[in-house]
Amino acid sequence: MSAPPQDAGKRRPAITPARVVAGLCLFAPFVGILWVDSYARIEPTLIGVPFFYWYQMLWVLISAVLTMVAYRIVRREQTGARRAAASETVAEAAAESGEAR
Amino acid sequence: MKDVNGVALAVFIFFFVLVTVMGFRAARWRKAANENSLDEWGLGGRSFGTWITWFLLGGDLYTAYTFVAVPAAIYAAGASGFFAVPYTILVYPLIFTFLPRLWSVSHRHGYVTTSDFVRGRFGSKGLSLAVALTGILATMPYIALQLVGIQAVLDVMGVGGSESTNWFIKDLPLLIAFGVLAAYTYSSGLRAPALIAFVKDALIYIVIAVAIIYIPIKLGGFDAIFAKAGDALAQENPATGKPRGELASGENAQWAYATLAVGSALALFMYPHSITATLSGKNRNVIRRNTTILPLYSLMLGFLALLGFMAIAAGTKVDNGQLAIPQLFEDMFPDWFTGVAFAAIGIGALVPAAIMSIAAANLFTRNIYKDFLKPDATAEQETKVSKLVSLLVKVGALVFVLGMDKTVAINFQLLGGIWILQTFPALVGGLFTRWFHRWALLAGWAVGMAYGTLAAYGVASPTQRHFGGSNDVIPGIGETGYIGVTAFVLNVAVTVVGTVVLRALRAPDGVDETRPEDYTADAPEAGDRAAQAAGGAAHDSGAGRTDQGRTDDGKGEDPRVEAGAAN
Repeated sequence: MSAPPQDAGKRRPAITPARVVAGLCLFAPFVGILWVDSYARIEPTLIGVPFFYWYQMLWVLISAVLTMVAYRIVRREQTGARRAAASETVAEAAAESGEAR
Repeated sequence: MKDVNGVALAVFIFFFVLVTVMGFRAARWRKAANENSLDEWGLGGRSFGTWITWFLLGGDLYTAYTFVAVPAAIYAAGASGFFAVPYTILVYPLIFTFLPRLWSVSHRHGYVTTSDFVRGRFGSKGLSLAVALTGILATMPYIALQLVGIQAVLDVMGVGGSESTNWFIKDLPLLIAFGVLAAYTYSSGLRAPALIAFVKDALIYIVIAVAIIYIPIKLGGFDAIFAKAGDALAQENPATGKPRGELASGENAQWAYATLAVGSALALFMYPHSITATLSGKNRNVIRRNTTILPLYSLMLGFLALLGFMAIAAGTKVDNGQLAIPQLFEDMFPDWFTGVAFAAIGIGALVPAAIMSIAAANLFTRNIYKDFLKPDATAEQETKVSKLVSLLVKVGALVFVLGMDKTVAINFQLLGGIWILQTFPALVGGLFTRWFHRWALLAGWAVGMAYGTLAAYGVASPTQRHFGGSNDVIPGIGETGYIGVTAFVLNVAVTVVGTVVLRALRAPDGVDETRPEDYTADAPEAGDRAAQAAGGAAHDSGAGRTDQGRTDDGKGEDPRVEAGAAN
């Protein structure tokens, strides 16, 4: 067998705009949550619950939505890559099996 | 001794019998042709879809001890106990990045444990042994704490109360519960907790939903609850001369709050039981999809944590803080619903205890028994050893809880979190790069373990001279923070410096049996496999390119070979 598909990287760069967006979606909760000083207070309360608690629970939802967005992006990229790769691989394989015969 | 709550006990026993029957019947659920393999017994045949995995992971990560300990921490000290919520927020974006890679490479190479992967990636049995031992050590006290959770419930129901004189009578209910658990784990493997997790989670969701609406109504609304709790927390604690706690994290507590959250998040998926549940998923997307739906449990955990304030406001009186929530339930709910709530906690202990013992047993079998004691063990022998070890692990945990003071289990659990975090560089580092040198990783691990243990030993609290907490002053920063994170930073520093030095000295590198495309491979779907293998390779650009000493054996792994075959 010839060289493994090293050239794959050339076709699709490691850093694409979509991946950057997905990365940011995953990174945002870390900034929001670890900056404790931004939410360490009682007011404003929500139905009597201090800000400290309801704000963090709101982040549960925000972060779930962001992760879902990242998932969608990654999946779309994968399907795209798979299709592109599949058509090429099929072409290559066809060429190779043709040679073999 | 307090009176036995008959109605609650009857409901509790009903649910316990129900899950016991399910546990034994689980052996026949989704049964595969070859049951004598570790993949079948220990990973449920690697066949679980998104929802089963969701229940399994939820049942696994949000344990009975969590349900008892998180509100108990709030009951004791207020805001600082809430760190469990940010911790579970951070877990999912984090594992989104590396867990699918672990799933893929494990699927390709048949890895059952994280140590399997580390050995395959770095070609180092020593490093793999270090990871396995850390995993087993960290898991044992965790199982013991599940027993503590059951004990708390039994205590409040008046069964096996701690004041009873005869130790055998006192602990009999716990012994029965664990005997039954051990028996169905032995016979059904991971399928038992997977099936029982449905009951557990259904009960938990019902109980929390009811509690979060019903109890505030009885206590006059959240305004009244937090006003009372705020007053109670501001009272001076006679032992420390400081207020008991606060409603929002004060300036001195913020570093501790943030480092605890991030450190715990980094550590959670290093635990063997988390990985066992992950690897039982049937394809790569099961894992990613789960990171988007698991936060539902975090939301529930947040509501549960608020129960701690309700216990303060309701004036719940307990000698042992761990009993605060069970006692609150008993005070507030009608007897029959108390039984449901207690069953939720009790079953909530059985699911993770089963998965944890399976995970620890798999580690022993694959990375100690097979690697060091009997290299030519067959799949059947592996399964047999794993089953037996799962029993041993549970007996060990039982001895832990019955023979020693409860605080010993809690101390070890605290240490376990610090320890397991030290396997992060080898596992997650290894998933993305081969740059780290195996000996440097081992040295980093050793330094992290030693520092973490010593620092935790040195922490005193009003009630304990050692292991009084998991926070200490961070050297060089001066703020108080989670010891695990400091140890982790040291670990990474040693690993990086060590790798630079060892690479300069041209120290021999281990053989890497994995290939870049293994990390993005998915489960084969009919006719789709070749395309996926090729697509996977395209996605791997950039990562794993520093591989050294890898042999290109070309055993049909080249995607084009498969493409040819598929045509």
